[in-house]
Amino acid sequence: MKKYNTPARLFHWASAIIVVGLFAAGYWMVDLSYYSEWYQTAPHWHKSVGLCFVVLTLARFIWKLISNTPAIEGSEVEKKAAKGAHHLVYLLLLIMFLSGYLISTADGRGIEVFNWFTVPGLGSFVENQEDLAGQIHEYAAYILIGLSSLHALAALKHHFINKDNTLKKML
Amino acid sequence: MKKVLIASALSAVMALPVSAIAADYKIDTTHAFVNFKVSHLGYSFIQGRFNKFEGNFSYDKADVAASSITFEVDTTSLDSNHAERDKHLKGSKYIGADKYSTATFVSTSIAEKADGGLTVTGDMTFHGVTKPIVVDAKLVGEGDDPWGNYRAGLEGTTRLELAEFGMDVKGASTYADLDIVFEGIRQ
Repeated sequence: MKKYNTPARLFHWASAIIVVGLFAAGYWMVDLSYYSEWYQTAPHWHKSVGLCFVVLTLARFIWKLISNTPAIEGSEVEKKAAKGAHHLVYLLLLIMFLSGYLISTADGRGIEVFNWFTVPGLGSFVENQEDLAGQIHEYAAYILIGLSSLHALAALKHHFINKDNTLKKML
Repeated sequence: MKKVLIASALSAVMALPVSAIAADYKIDTTHAFVNFKVSHLGYSFIQGRFNKFEGNFSYDKADVAASSITFEVDTTSLDSNHAERDKHLKGSKYIGADKYSTATFVSTSIAEKADGGLTVTGDMTFHGVTKPIVVDAKLVGEGDDPWGNYRAGLEGTTRLELAEFGMDVKGASTYADLDIVFEGIRQ
Protein backbone atom coordinates (compact mmCIF):
# COMPACT_ATOMS: atom_id res chain seq x y z
CA MET A 1 0.00 0.00 0.00
CA LYS A 2 1.55 3.27 -1.14
CA LYS A 3 -1.27 5.61 -0.19
CA TYR A 4 -4.10 5.95 2.26
CA ASN A 5 -7.33 5.08 0.44
CA THR A 6 -9.51 7.94 -0.81
CA PRO A 7 -12.12 7.92 2.00
CA ALA A 8 -9.33 7.89 4.61
CA ARG A 9 -7.66 10.87 2.93
CA LEU A 10 -10.95 12.76 2.75
CA PHE A 11 -11.67 12.02 6.40
CA HIS A 12 -8.19 13.20 7.35
CA TRP A 13 -8.23 16.49 5.47
CA ALA A 14 -11.82 17.30 6.39
CA SER A 15 -10.89 16.71 10.04
CA ALA A 16 -7.82 18.93 9.68
CA ILE A 17 -9.84 21.79 8.22
CA ILE A 18 -12.56 21.39 10.86
CA VAL A 19 -10.10 21.23 13.77
CA VAL A 20 -8.30 24.39 12.63
CA GLY A 21 -11.59 26.14 11.82
CA LEU A 22 -13.22 25.26 15.14
CA PHE A 23 -10.11 26.30 17.03
CA ALA A 24 -9.95 29.67 15.26
CA ALA A 25 -13.68 30.25 15.71
CA GLY A 26 -13.54 29.24 19.35
CA TYR A 27 -10.51 31.40 20.06
CA TRP A 28 -12.22 34.37 18.47
CA MET A 29 -15.76 33.94 19.71
CA VAL A 30 -15.03 33.67 23.44
CA ASP A 31 -13.83 37.27 23.43
CA LEU A 32 -16.74 38.66 21.42
CA SER A 33 -18.59 41.55 22.99
CA TYR A 34 -22.16 40.81 24.02
CA TYR A 35 -23.20 43.49 21.52
CA SER A 36 -21.36 41.90 18.59
CA GLU A 37 -23.64 40.71 15.81
CA TRP A 38 -21.71 37.42 15.93
CA TYR A 39 -22.35 36.88 19.63
CA GLN A 40 -25.16 34.39 18.98
CA THR A 41 -24.32 33.06 15.52
CA ALA A 42 -20.65 32.20 16.09
CA PRO A 43 -21.24 29.85 19.06
CA HIS A 44 -24.26 28.38 17.27
CA TRP A 45 -22.14 27.47 14.25
CA HIS A 46 -19.21 26.34 16.37
CA LYS A 47 -21.47 23.92 18.26
CA SER A 48 -23.26 22.77 15.11
CA VAL A 49 -20.02 22.04 13.24
CA GLY A 50 -18.58 20.42 16.37
CA LEU A 51 -21.47 18.00 16.73
CA CYS A 52 -21.39 17.14 13.01
CA PHE A 53 -17.67 16.51 13.49
CA VAL A 54 -18.53 13.89 16.14
CA VAL A 55 -20.51 11.98 13.53
CA LEU A 56 -17.75 12.39 10.94
CA THR A 57 -15.17 11.11 13.42
CA LEU A 58 -17.29 8.07 14.33
CA ALA A 59 -17.61 7.26 10.63
CA ARG A 60 -13.85 7.76 10.25
CA PHE A 61 -13.15 5.28 13.05
CA ILE A 62 -15.46 2.67 11.60
CA TRP A 63 -13.79 3.14 8.22
CA LYS A 64 -10.34 2.86 9.78
CA LEU A 65 -11.34 -0.42 11.45
CA ILE A 66 -12.66 -2.03 8.25
CA SER A 67 -10.13 -0.67 5.75
CA ASN A 68 -6.38 -1.09 5.31
CA THR A 69 -3.82 1.48 6.33
CA PRO A 70 -0.29 1.90 4.94
CA ALA A 71 2.56 1.38 7.34
CA ILE A 72 4.18 4.30 9.16
CA GLU A 73 7.68 5.09 7.93
CA GLY A 74 10.73 6.14 9.91
CA SER A 75 12.91 4.84 12.71
CA GLU A 76 11.49 2.64 15.48
CA VAL A 77 11.34 5.63 17.83
CA GLU A 78 9.62 7.75 15.18
CA LYS A 79 7.07 5.01 14.52
CA LYS A 80 6.28 4.72 18.21
CA ALA A 81 6.11 8.51 18.60
CA ALA A 82 3.84 8.82 15.56
CA LYS A 83 1.51 6.10 16.81
CA GLY A 84 1.41 7.69 20.27
CA ALA A 85 0.71 11.13 18.83
CA HIS A 86 -2.11 9.77 16.65
CA HIS A 87 -3.72 8.09 19.64
CA LEU A 88 -3.35 11.23 21.70
CA VAL A 89 -5.06 13.24 18.95
CA TYR A 90 -7.97 10.79 19.00
CA LEU A 91 -8.16 11.04 22.79
CA LEU A 92 -8.08 14.84 22.64
CA LEU A 93 -10.87 14.83 20.05
CA LEU A 94 -12.96 12.69 22.41
CA ILE A 95 -12.23 15.11 25.28
CA MET A 96 -13.15 18.07 23.08
CA PHE A 97 -16.44 16.45 22.04
CA LEU A 98 -17.44 15.54 25.59
CA SER A 99 -16.34 18.77 27.26
CA GLY A 100 -17.96 20.93 24.57
CA TYR A 101 -21.21 19.04 24.92
CA LEU A 102 -21.09 19.31 28.71
CA ILE A 103 -20.70 23.11 28.68
CA SER A 104 -23.88 23.80 26.77
CA THR A 105 -26.00 21.06 28.28
CA ALA A 106 -25.16 21.73 31.94
CA ASP A 107 -28.63 23.14 32.49
CA GLY A 108 -30.33 20.27 30.67
CA ARG A 109 -30.85 22.27 27.49
CA GLY A 110 -30.16 20.51 24.22
CA ILE A 111 -27.85 21.78 21.48
CA GLU A 112 -29.36 22.88 18.20
CA VAL A 113 -27.43 21.70 15.16
CA PHE A 114 -27.88 24.30 12.37
CA ASN A 115 -31.58 24.51 13.27
CA TRP A 116 -31.92 21.05 11.73
CA PHE A 117 -32.40 19.11 14.93
CA THR A 118 -31.56 19.27 18.61
CA VAL A 119 -29.15 16.98 20.41
CA PRO A 120 -30.76 16.49 23.82
CA GLY A 121 -28.97 17.58 26.96
CA LEU A 122 -28.29 15.23 29.85
CA GLY A 123 -28.02 17.93 32.49
CA SER A 124 -25.41 18.37 35.14
CA PHE A 125 -23.05 15.67 36.41
CA VAL A 126 -20.73 17.80 38.52
CA GLU A 127 -21.04 21.11 40.30
CA ASN A 128 -20.36 24.17 38.15
CA GLN A 129 -20.14 21.84 35.17
CA GLU A 130 -20.22 24.66 32.62
CA ASP A 131 -17.10 26.21 34.18
CA LEU A 132 -15.16 22.98 34.63
CA ALA A 133 -16.04 21.65 31.17
CA GLY A 134 -15.18 25.06 29.73
CA GLN A 135 -11.70 24.95 31.21
CA ILE A 136 -11.10 21.41 30.00
CA HIS A 137 -12.37 22.40 26.53
CA GLU A 138 -9.96 25.34 26.45
CA TYR A 139 -6.85 23.47 27.65
CA ALA A 140 -7.55 20.41 25.49
CA ALA A 141 -8.00 22.73 22.47
CA TYR A 142 -4.55 24.26 22.97
CA ILE A 143 -2.96 20.83 23.39
CA LEU A 144 -4.78 19.50 20.33
CA ILE A 145 -3.75 22.40 18.12
CA GLY A 146 -0.16 22.13 19.43
CA LEU A 147 -0.05 18.42 18.73
CA SER A 148 -1.61 18.92 15.29
CA SER A 149 1.08 21.46 14.46
CA LEU A 150 3.75 19.00 15.58
CA HIS A 151 2.06 16.33 13.43
CA ALA A 152 2.19 18.65 10.39
CA LEU A 153 5.83 19.57 11.07
CA ALA A 154 6.73 15.88 11.36
CA ALA A 155 5.09 15.19 7.98
CA LEU A 156 7.02 18.07 6.41
CA LYS A 157 10.24 16.82 8.01
CA HIS A 158 9.70 13.36 6.49
CA HIS A 159 8.92 14.93 3.12
CA PHE A 160 11.75 17.43 2.84
CA ILE A 161 14.48 15.96 5.04
CA ASN A 162 13.99 12.19 4.92
CA LYS A 163 12.43 12.48 1.44
CA ASP A 164 10.17 9.49 2.15
CA ASN A 165 6.57 8.74 1.28
CA THR A 166 4.98 9.93 4.57
CA LEU A 167 3.32 13.11 3.30
CA LYS A 168 2.60 11.82 -0.22
CA LYS A 169 0.57 8.87 1.00
CA MET A 170 -1.93 11.30 2.50
CA LEU A 171 -2.18 13.56 -0.59
CA MET B 1 -3.13 40.06 87.90
CA LYS B 2 -6.17 40.26 90.17
CA LYS B 3 -6.94 43.76 88.94
CA VAL B 4 -6.79 42.66 85.36
CA LEU B 5 -9.13 39.78 86.07
CA ILE B 6 -11.61 42.06 87.82
CA ALA B 7 -11.38 44.62 85.06
CA SER B 8 -11.94 42.06 82.35
CA ALA B 9 -14.77 40.46 84.31
CA LEU B 10 -16.35 43.87 84.74
CA SER B 11 -16.00 44.78 81.10
CA ALA B 12 -17.42 41.38 80.15
CA VAL B 13 -20.43 42.03 82.36
CA MET B 14 -20.82 45.50 80.93
CA ALA B 15 -20.66 44.20 77.43
CA LEU B 16 -23.20 41.52 78.27
CA PRO B 17 -26.52 43.41 78.07
CA VAL B 18 -26.11 44.36 74.42
CA SER B 19 -25.29 40.90 73.18
CA ALA B 20 -27.69 39.20 75.57
CA ILE B 21 -30.74 41.19 74.50
CA ALA B 22 -30.43 40.66 70.77
CA ALA B 23 -31.05 36.99 70.07
CA ASP B 24 -28.65 35.27 67.69
CA TYR B 25 -29.98 33.56 64.63
CA LYS B 26 -28.35 31.29 62.10
CA ILE B 27 -29.75 31.56 58.61
CA ASP B 28 -31.68 28.47 57.55
CA THR B 29 -30.31 28.13 54.02
CA THR B 30 -33.19 25.88 52.96
CA HIS B 31 -35.53 28.81 53.61
CA ALA B 32 -33.45 31.59 52.19
CA PHE B 33 -33.10 33.10 48.72
CA VAL B 34 -30.60 35.45 47.15
CA ASN B 35 -32.18 36.73 43.96
CA PHE B 36 -30.86 39.25 41.49
CA LYS B 37 -32.31 41.13 38.59
CA VAL B 38 -30.28 42.84 35.87
CA SER B 39 -31.48 44.73 32.84
CA HIS B 40 -31.24 42.93 29.52
CA LEU B 41 -30.62 45.48 26.75
CA GLY B 42 -32.97 47.85 28.56
CA TYR B 43 -35.93 45.89 27.18
CA SER B 44 -36.43 43.37 29.95
CA PHE B 45 -34.65 41.73 32.86
CA ILE B 46 -32.52 38.72 33.58
CA GLN B 47 -33.41 37.16 36.90
CA GLY B 48 -31.25 34.71 38.70
CA ARG B 49 -30.08 33.65 42.08
CA PHE B 50 -27.13 32.46 44.09
CA ASN B 51 -27.68 28.97 45.41
CA LYS B 52 -24.97 28.86 48.08
CA PHE B 53 -24.61 31.24 50.96
CA GLU B 54 -24.59 31.37 54.72
CA GLY B 55 -25.09 33.95 57.38
CA ASN B 56 -26.02 34.93 60.87
CA PHE B 57 -27.94 37.76 62.37
CA SER B 58 -29.02 39.00 65.72
CA TYR B 59 -32.27 40.77 66.15
CA ASP B 60 -34.49 42.01 68.90
CA LYS B 61 -37.63 44.00 68.36
CA ALA B 62 -37.08 45.91 71.59
CA ASP B 63 -33.57 47.01 70.67
CA VAL B 64 -33.26 47.14 66.92
CA ALA B 65 -30.05 49.18 67.02
CA ALA B 66 -28.28 46.24 68.68
CA SER B 67 -29.07 44.02 65.69
CA SER B 68 -26.49 42.93 63.18
CA ILE B 69 -26.25 40.81 60.04
CA THR B 70 -23.37 39.03 58.38
CA PHE B 71 -23.93 37.26 55.10
CA GLU B 72 -21.64 35.44 52.72
CA VAL B 73 -22.48 34.35 49.19
CA ASP B 74 -20.58 31.83 47.06
CA THR B 75 -20.48 33.63 43.71
CA THR B 76 -19.69 30.43 41.83
CA SER B 77 -23.21 29.28 42.64
CA LEU B 78 -24.80 31.83 40.30
CA ASP B 79 -27.80 30.32 38.54
CA SER B 80 -29.73 32.19 35.87
CA ASN B 81 -31.36 29.07 34.45
CA HIS B 82 -28.99 29.01 31.47
CA ALA B 83 -25.59 27.33 31.85
CA GLU B 84 -23.91 29.29 29.06
CA ARG B 85 -25.04 32.58 30.55
CA ASP B 86 -23.96 31.46 34.02
CA LYS B 87 -20.50 30.69 32.62
CA HIS B 88 -20.45 34.06 30.88
CA LEU B 89 -21.45 35.98 34.02
CA LYS B 90 -19.12 34.03 36.30
CA GLY B 91 -16.24 34.53 33.86
CA SER B 92 -13.43 37.03 34.17
CA LYS B 93 -15.30 39.66 32.13
CA TYR B 94 -17.89 40.08 34.88
CA ILE B 95 -17.93 38.48 38.32
CA GLY B 96 -14.63 36.60 37.99
CA ALA B 97 -15.92 33.93 40.34
CA ASP B 98 -12.73 31.88 40.27
CA LYS B 99 -10.88 34.85 41.77
CA TYR B 100 -13.67 36.53 43.74
CA SER B 101 -15.53 33.46 44.86
CA THR B 102 -17.23 35.06 47.85
CA ALA B 103 -19.30 38.18 48.26
CA THR B 104 -19.87 39.32 51.81
CA PHE B 105 -22.12 41.75 53.58
CA VAL B 106 -21.42 42.88 57.13
CA SER B 107 -23.85 45.33 58.69
CA THR B 108 -22.48 48.42 60.43
CA SER B 109 -25.77 49.80 61.69
CA ILE B 110 -29.43 48.84 61.71
CA ALA B 111 -32.12 51.40 62.37
CA GLU B 112 -35.88 51.14 62.55
CA LYS B 113 -37.87 53.41 60.26
CA ALA B 114 -41.10 55.21 61.13
CA ASP B 115 -43.12 52.66 59.14
CA GLY B 116 -41.57 49.77 61.04
CA GLY B 117 -39.14 48.86 58.26
CA LEU B 118 -35.41 48.58 58.75
CA THR B 119 -32.55 50.51 57.26
CA VAL B 120 -29.58 48.17 57.22
CA THR B 121 -26.29 49.85 56.46
CA GLY B 122 -23.22 47.74 55.92
CA ASP B 123 -20.10 46.95 53.96
CA MET B 124 -20.57 44.93 50.82
CA THR B 125 -17.57 43.13 49.36
CA PHE B 126 -18.15 42.02 45.80
CA HIS B 127 -15.70 41.53 42.93
CA GLY B 128 -12.88 42.26 45.36
CA VAL B 129 -14.22 45.75 46.16
CA THR B 130 -15.70 46.79 49.51
CA LYS B 131 -18.31 49.55 49.49
CA PRO B 132 -20.89 50.72 51.99
CA ILE B 133 -24.45 49.98 50.89
CA VAL B 134 -27.89 50.52 52.35
CA VAL B 135 -30.43 47.71 52.34
CA ASP B 136 -34.09 48.51 52.65
CA ALA B 137 -35.35 45.68 54.84
CA LYS B 138 -38.16 44.57 57.05
CA LEU B 139 -38.94 41.88 59.52
CA VAL B 140 -41.48 39.62 57.84
CA GLY B 141 -42.41 37.72 60.97
CA GLU B 142 -41.13 35.73 63.91
CA GLY B 143 -42.35 33.05 66.24
CA ASP B 144 -42.23 29.38 67.16
CA ASP B 145 -42.10 26.92 64.31
CA PRO B 146 -43.89 23.54 64.45
CA TRP B 147 -40.60 21.68 65.05
CA GLY B 148 -39.45 23.20 68.30
CA ASN B 149 -37.40 26.15 67.11
CA TYR B 150 -37.88 29.87 67.12
CA ARG B 151 -37.65 31.61 63.75
CA ALA B 152 -37.43 35.16 62.48
CA GLY B 153 -37.60 36.10 58.81
CA LEU B 154 -36.21 39.16 57.10
CA GLU B 155 -36.50 40.49 53.58
CA GLY B 156 -34.28 43.15 52.08
CA THR B 157 -33.69 44.82 48.76
CA THR B 158 -30.78 46.87 47.53
CA ARG B 159 -29.23 48.04 44.31
CA LEU B 160 -25.60 47.42 43.44
CA GLU B 161 -24.14 49.90 40.98
CA LEU B 162 -21.86 47.45 39.21
CA ALA B 163 -19.27 50.01 38.10
CA GLU B 164 -18.73 50.95 41.75
CA PHE B 165 -17.62 47.37 42.31
CA GLY B 166 -15.14 47.57 39.48
CA MET B 167 -17.25 45.67 37.00
CA ASP B 168 -17.33 46.44 33.32
CA VAL B 169 -20.82 47.71 32.58
CA LYS B 170 -22.36 47.98 29.15
CA GLY B 171 -25.56 49.44 27.83
CA ALA B 172 -28.49 49.40 30.21
CA SER B 173 -27.06 46.66 32.44
CA THR B 174 -25.37 49.01 34.89
CA TYR B 175 -26.92 47.81 38.11
CA ALA B 176 -28.14 44.66 39.82
CA ASP B 177 -31.15 44.71 42.08
CA LEU B 178 -30.84 42.22 44.90
CA ASP B 179 -33.81 40.76 46.70
CA ILE B 180 -32.83 38.66 49.68
CA VAL B 181 -35.24 36.71 51.86
CA PHE B 182 -34.12 34.55 54.74
CA GLU B 183 -35.29 32.88 57.84
CA GLY B 184 -33.06 32.45 60.83
CA ILE B 185 -33.33 29.85 63.55
CA ARG B 186 -32.62 31.20 67.00
CA GLN B 187 -29.57 29.56 68.49
